[in-house]
Amino acid sequence: MSDYPLREKAADALLTHSGRPLCEVSGEALAAGKLRGADLRVHADTLRQQAGIASDGGYPQLAANLLRAAELTNVPNEEMLKIYESLRPERASYDELQRLADYLERNYSAKENAAFIREAAAVYRERNLLRR
Amino acid sequence: MTQTQRSKRFELLAKRDINKETYVEPWPEAGLIVADSPYDPQPSLSITAGTVVEMDGVAQADFDALDRFIVSHALDLAVADEAMAIPSQEYARMLADINVPREAIARLIAGCTPAKLTDIMRHLNVLEMMMGLTKMRIRRQPANQAHVTNWREHPALLAADAAEAALRGFAEVETTVRVARFAPLNALAILVGAQTGRGGVLTQCSVEEALGLRLAMKGLTSYAETLSVYGTERTFVDGDDTPWSKAFLASAYASRGVKIRFTSGTGSEALMGRAEKKSMLYLEARCLLVVKGAGSQGVQNGSISCIALPEALPGGVRAVLAENLLAAMLGLEVAAGNDALASHSSIRKTAKLMLQFIPGADFIFSGYSAIPKRDNLFGGGNFDAEDFDDYNTLQRDMQIDGGVQPISEDEALNIRQMAARAIQAVYRELDLPPITDEEVEAATVAHSSDDMPERDIVPDLEAADAFMASDRDFVAVIQALQVSGFADVADNILEMGRQRIAADYLQPSAIFDADFKVRSAINDANDYTGPGSGYRPAGQRWAAMQGIPQAKSPEGFVQPHSGAPLSRLVEIGPASKGLQKEVLLAVGPAFGRGLTTTIGGLAHEDVLKAILSGIAGEGMIARILRVYHSSDCAAIGYVGARLSGSGIGIGLQSRGTAVIHQKDLAPLNNLELFPQSPSLTLATYEAIGRNAARYALGLATVPVAVKIDNGARLRLIVKTALLHRRETDEVDPDKRPQALRFDWEPDL
Repeated sequence: MSDYPLREKAADALLTHSGRPLCEVSGEALAAGKLRGADLRVHADTLRQQAGIASDGGYPQLAANLLRAAELTNVPNEEMLKIYESLRPERASYDELQRLADYLERNYSAKENAAFIREAAAVYRERNLLRR
Repeated sequence: MTQTQRSKRFELLAKRDINKETYVEPWPEAGLIVADSPYDPQPSLSITAGTVVEMDGVAQADFDALDRFIVSHALDLAVADEAMAIPSQEYARMLADINVPREAIARLIAGCTPAKLTDIMRHLNVLEMMMGLTKMRIRRQPANQAHVTNWREHPALLAADAAEAALRGFAEVETTVRVARFAPLNALAILVGAQTGRGGVLTQCSVEEALGLRLAMKGLTSYAETLSVYGTERTFVDGDDTPWSKAFLASAYASRGVKIRFTSGTGSEALMGRAEKKSMLYLEARCLLVVKGAGSQGVQNGSISCIALPEALPGGVRAVLAENLLAAMLGLEVAAGNDALASHSSIRKTAKLMLQFIPGADFIFSGYSAIPKRDNLFGGGNFDAEDFDDYNTLQRDMQIDGGVQPISEDEALNIRQMAARAIQAVYRELDLPPITDEEVEAATVAHSSDDMPERDIVPDLEAADAFMASDRDFVAVIQALQVSGFADVADNILEMGRQRIAADYLQPSAIFDADFKVRSAINDANDYTGPGSGYRPAGQRWAAMQGIPQAKSPEGFVQPHSGAPLSRLVEIGPASKGLQKEVLLAVGPAFGRGLTTTIGGLAHEDVLKAILSGIAGEGMIARILRVYHSSDCAAIGYVGARLSGSGIGIGLQSRGTAVIHQKDLAPLNNLELFPQSPSLTLATYEAIGRNAARYALGLATVPVAVKIDNGARLRLIVKTALLHRRETDEVDPDKRPQALRFDWEPDL
């Protein structure tokens, strides 16, 4: 928690999603066309660090959310929107949700999200929230 | 009673704003009950081998999706047995007890079921809840959020209003759309506007969930809050989500460095016809546990768009405060409502506001309408731009930080123009339909959409679609600002990008302060433990809150009443006791010297002439003297009466207050008193002179009629006090009354 806020106390160690040090995110670089959207996105490690800060601060559920978020940093935008759509009520079958969980775990090492989706699939089956 | 008669008073009452409201009697079976439905469950929790097997009277096998989510993600089972064993009243007492710190309560609340949470609220009145909210709010310093929309969806007006809102101190600015396709352009306009007003203001555009996520991914928004949850499974599904889909959405936003809060609030389930006979507060407790379990850092609750429904029921406003408090107890950031239209009555809406305003909330409003009501596309505007000065005054009156500060007209015009020019430049550089100079100028001075020129929305919508479909994002926006001379605004948006990389503002209740530094429950945790602790506005902040442009310097009140001393009014030595039938006119120490006009703006010379004309009109002689030892009207008049040969004197203060006195009366008694000096005219002063003369002659006398103006004191009390102080400055306690010669003869 002593490192919080990271922007002020640990800026030198921060990386962008694309792996560049934060100090390279400058107005000059941007004006010169050297920065893209991915250079202005959060890195998974930073989210894990923030999860630790949240946990130490007494916010375990937020911490769990940030750990799931860390796993999703590599998931492309369109894929993310599709996963969300699948989790909405009556969109997916039990097997489709299982396959989605397997896919996330295999391709993005998204263990937490996979477990979360498997849990949802079980509840959806019992509560009649799967596609009919 | 027959209705042939009508009470004029009841007829008038029927037309009052408060009687435009709808009131309904409770009906638990339809969920039309704010708290304590006879169908609400009793609190209970059974844990076997680390698994919840029963909660609030429902067996595990019968758990619905919400119950399942709550037991697996929200409840802290390690503390649950201890927490559930403590009587609800004991929690209520802890909440109101300054000696029990926030952390001690939060630890136990983590193990409480929805029915337990609801039961705790049963024991608290609103004052105790306000004490609870003061302590349990997670961020130390309260803040405020603004709504900025307009029915024209005009980009220059959106940018200008967002800039003004930012300058006024709002920490977040939320917009939405009338036409959904406008979303990227509206989000863009308030991003540019808000970052022009103040770097670090968080912005969002409230739209359908998937579209909202796309806007965030493009960097056009920095937070999202309309992730709605509901307290029954069927309502949740009607809202086209489940706790798991909503929680996934929360993680998706966080993965792009975007802050979120969920939305809940009493009344939505009843409105959607699926309340399952439960009270609004019990269902809200379920919502809040879903919010917490999903890992949302916060919630906007306080009934939000359903507010008129609980307000139609008995105890509704209390229940809304209870839901705010429950959220804070659960460690959630609270954006406390007060946004949608809740009442026609100014008294009622303001009284309700006090329940959040006085204790303070992370966001006192989840959308103060920084625009007029008719431009508010949220159905909002309970407090709007036309209430800005009222709201600033409430802060100043109570020394309560409501999250905004007054600004001057010049400051507003400058920032609005800059923001409108900035969005004009962005539109030009990004090949969006041009914003003309005329539109910029109109937005600079506009109050509402009505003040804006027509704009062709067809090309705007086409441009919005194209922008959404392209891979352009906020990087292009920053570049556009860089090349068009808006380096500061570009830097602010770039810094918002760096903050996404640092992700500090994903922590609970995070905002950016005036120095663009993050402030959250991690580094600005509420530390209230009673008087002398916690947040209170002081120093520069309190100075900024006090500094309303309407406040004048005290000197400014007196200066217009100080002119050149009256050359025709000359002191001629100590005043003696009169031996003839006369009226003695005694004036105050500053009369005709330090002060030369009355509070009503009458020249002292004219007042003298009027009184003397009145006295002379009854054939009576007058003398004048100036009292030095007192500035009090009764004392001045009493000196006049005692030195008058007839025993009748007139006392006249410089501000114009007058009295007719008689020597045998007690000093504070009088024959006639004229305390409302602003209402006095020269004709009144002449009548005062005439009456004094008639008393001296022993004639029957009708007291002078004076207009009653109960507003005069309200308008003029500051000036009254300062003019009196000026008179008192001239008091010399050792100096005897001095006779005056007035070089003037009445025209008879």
